[in-house]
Amino acid sequence: MAKHPTPLLDQLESGPWPSFVSDLKHAAEVRHKNPKGIELQIPEDVIDDLLGLLEMSYEDGTTHWKHGGIVGVFGYGGGVIGRYCDQPEKFPGVAHFHTVRVAQPSGLFYKAEYMEELCDLWDFRGSGMTNMHGSTGDIIWLGTTTPQLEEIFYELTHKHNQDLGGSGSNLRTPACCIGMSRCEFACMDAQHICHTFTNEYQDMLHRPQFPYKFKFKFDGCPNGCVASIARSDFSIIGTWKDDIKIDQAAVKAYVGGEIPPNAGAHAGRDWGKFDIQKEVIDLCPTKCMKYEGGKLTIETAECYRCMHCINVMPKALRVGDERGASILLGAKAPILDGAQMSSLLVPFIPCEDPYDEIKEVVELVWDWWMEEGKNRERLGETIKRLGFQKLLEVTNIKPMAQHVREPRTNPYIFWKEDEVPGGWSRDINEYRKLHQR
Amino acid sequence: MAFVSSGYNPDKPMEDRISDIGPRFYKEFLPPVLEKNYGKWVSHEILEPGLLVHEAESGDKVYTVRVGSARLISTELIREACAVAKQYCDGYLRWTTRNNIEFMTTSLESAKALKADLNSRKFDKGSYKFPVGGTGASVSNIVHTQGWIHCHTPATDASGTVKIIMDELFEEFTNMRMPAIVRVAVACCLNMCGACHCSDLAVVGFHRKPPIIDHEYLDNMCEIPLAIASCPTGALKPGKTELEGGKKVNTILVNNDRCMYCGNCYTMCPSLPLSDKEGDGVIIMVGGKVSNRISMPKFSKVAVAFIPNEPPRWPTLAKVCKKIIEVYAAEANKYERLGDWAERIGWESFFKKTELEFTHHLIDDFRDPAYFTWRQSTNFKF
Ligand code: HEM
Ligand code: HEM
Ligand code: SF4
Ligand code: SF4
Ligand code: SF4
Ligand code: SF4
Repeated sequence: MAKHPTPLLDQLESGPWPSFVSDLKHAAEVRHKNPKGIELQIPEDVIDDLLGLLEMSYEDGTTHWKHGGIVGVFGYGGGVIGRYCDQPEKFPGVAHFHTVRVAQPSGLFYKAEYMEELCDLWDFRGSGMTNMHGSTGDIIWLGTTTPQLEEIFYELTHKHNQDLGGSGSNLRTPACCIGMSRCEFACMDAQHICHTFTNEYQDMLHRPQFPYKFKFKFDGCPNGCVASIARSDFSIIGTWKDDIKIDQAAVKAYVGGEIPPNAGAHAGRDWGKFDIQKEVIDLCPTKCMKYEGGKLTIETAECYRCMHCINVMPKALRVGDERGASILLGAKAPILDGAQMSSLLVPFIPCEDPYDEIKEVVELVWDWWMEEGKNRERLGETIKRLGFQKLLEVTNIKPMAQHVREPRTNPYIFWKEDEVPGGWSRDINEYRKLHQR
Repeated sequence: MAFVSSGYNPDKPMEDRISDIGPRFYKEFLPPVLEKNYGKWVSHEILEPGLLVHEAESGDKVYTVRVGSARLISTELIREACAVAKQYCDGYLRWTTRNNIEFMTTSLESAKALKADLNSRKFDKGSYKFPVGGTGASVSNIVHTQGWIHCHTPATDASGTVKIIMDELFEEFTNMRMPAIVRVAVACCLNMCGACHCSDLAVVGFHRKPPIIDHEYLDNMCEIPLAIASCPTGALKPGKTELEGGKKVNTILVNNDRCMYCGNCYTMCPSLPLSDKEGDGVIIMVGGKVSNRISMPKFSKVAVAFIPNEPPRWPTLAKVCKKIIEVYAAEANKYERLGDWAERIGWESFFKKTELEFTHHLIDDFRDPAYFTWRQSTNFKF
């Protein structure tokens, strides 16, 4: 018998999509039965109370979580987010219900045994409820009490060789796409650089020293499967410079209908016979492709590497060999001044271990932002406030046409004094020799 | 229950302390076939919805079965996924950035068995535990935030809204009949932890009332200047007020007309709550994307300024989402993302075709960039 009736939530058990309510209820039941005889370190009915509290939110149309609270583990300023409910008498099981962020392995691969060890720890010292994964990328453990935090951290680091992630005005745990593990489009080793940066910058991850949060995300190619361009202050996106490699025989096989276009992604509907002219050549945004006499050609200098043709014919076209990454900076969600997309700073940079060239850009940008950024100002906002030219200046990067979508439309151009012959200080008396008052 | 020590000694917190070791190295967890062919994949194909094959230079193949999940999941469900992985995949599994779970195997036969097995697992009340799908030109799993289950600023729930939208679009998760991939996101407040601002279809929780001021406690709980400085529209100012009983206190005053209900002040000061049963609801945004494919990445645009919260199943929200996806699916060209379609036909046609009402709330009035969204041309459609 459930501890709290949940008539509203029960209506979320129907329908085909996995029901989190069914899952929560089942987890609550198992926790009560406790078949493994776990010495539970937080209340047995934590999940019942979580359901009860959520039901109350469904009735009231509003949240019942209080404003955060400062909790954490010794020496870290991030990795744990304090959470208290505003009805502790009714729902004592969730009176404290802190979130623990556990740093995720690049690419989100796991071995079952390892995952089970983590589950054991979380059943024992926490609620057993998780987010797989948080939007930022960490494994998120929902719900434990303050006295358990150090214990969890101790076991994580001593038994599982595993650290917490970041929260607060910190570096957030960097995230990447699946990359070279299983994607033929990857132009750089997204997982490796992600892992390297996560380790290199542990101090920033765990000890707040920035004006606000900072996120690295790594997309292996311009398809953007971790959405780095929209979700990270520092977006690194794999790309290439030379020719797209063409296998003409495979192109013919696509034309002949032997291989399904777009890797079969459109198989659910009859779109008619594949038409290379209509579906590839005409859709190429730069119109740099031709298919004539059974041969596909691409004018490399005009291609801006949008990936469309490669996505449509992955067996015939491959990214080039001269690979590296582009760096874009400053994405953020709307708060405060509106959403921003990352803007291109470095069109091409080598992306190979130990990634010194990229780290140099990172550190120059950080130095500047830590100096100039206001409290709670994301990098993108600092760039907007102080200007893109300033960013070029502090990173020693030469302005180029790639930096803009179009040149400015207003002629209100700032000059520096030393850019103008003779500077700005002039003699009014000299002027008056030519111009009467 | 008795407290069990991990070995940690609170009197000497630094004793044996291990810190800053980072996450586990990903290669420990790569299935052997992926580790062997790391960086040497040549192509892939989606054999059927939810079932991919990747081929390496060596000729090796790996079959992947992708399933949806609720993201908010229990260790029980994770253990079940692990058991499946042990049975079919030598104990390896992975998650995707969109909260799908992937199971990989080197034989087509066991991939098909895996798919059938996963599709057969259901919760008591009938919903799938591991529905196979989310590949290719489909609606993949929804990225979302925490909502009423765990956050202090939400204007709507996330797990619940995701459940009803995915129930509504379930057929589109398991089939690949969209013109292009469709990415859906839910964020429960304007902070948009889920980075909704670039999805084909995005639902954003939204408050419509300025903060309520808890005069009695405000000065004790909050730094007044910090809270005032946090307001992006300058709607707050310091002031004094008299409590019942005549006591005078320092507090914050809100210029209601300037407030855009962003909740930023509440983040800084718990004495300024703003959630409200009638005031809160969701916005629907459309047409964003992050890939560079064909057209540039773009932000989502507001298509519906407000839909009330209707828990537990948000029927209006479900209906509107379905309508937008249906019209898009019927009208867009192959490979055309939702935003590219709307731009090609023009937003005036978008509203006509989707039968959504265009109201004054949809005209941008927030600072400079608003101007660039007004029409400076006589090129429009009647
Ligand atoms: C005190 C206030 C805030 C709290 C408690 C909070 C909490 C969180 C949490 C728990 C996550 C992980 C989300 C998840 O896994 O679902 C997250 C991610 C995120 N937060 Fe917040 N957040 C706050 C304020 C903000 C603000 C002000 C912004 C915008 C400027 C913001 C933007 C984001 C974004 C964009 C992500 C996801 C980023 C990504 O996709 O990697 N948050 N936040
Ligand atoms: C075999 C591996 C994969 C390949 C070949 C692949 C291919 C692609 C392609 C072709 C696009 C561009 C689509 C377009 O704009 O039409 C894309 C975008 C994207 N993919 Fe993947 N993908 C892969 C794995 C994944 C996985 C596992 C996820 C997570 C579930 C994912 C998430 C995304 C996201 C979020 C986008 C960006 C969509 C947007 O523009 O908003 N991808 N991918
Ligand atoms: S971003 Fe590119 S390399 Fe990475 S998974 Fe997506 S398609 Fe592959
Ligand atoms: S990658 Fe894009 S721009 Fe380049 S040839 Fe292919 S379709 Fe054209
Ligand atoms: S989007 Fe807003 S309400 Fe939702 S988790 Fe993030 S901060 Fe909380
Ligand atoms: S909700 Fe936002 S706009 Fe309104 S007073 Fe608070 S900070 Fe200012």
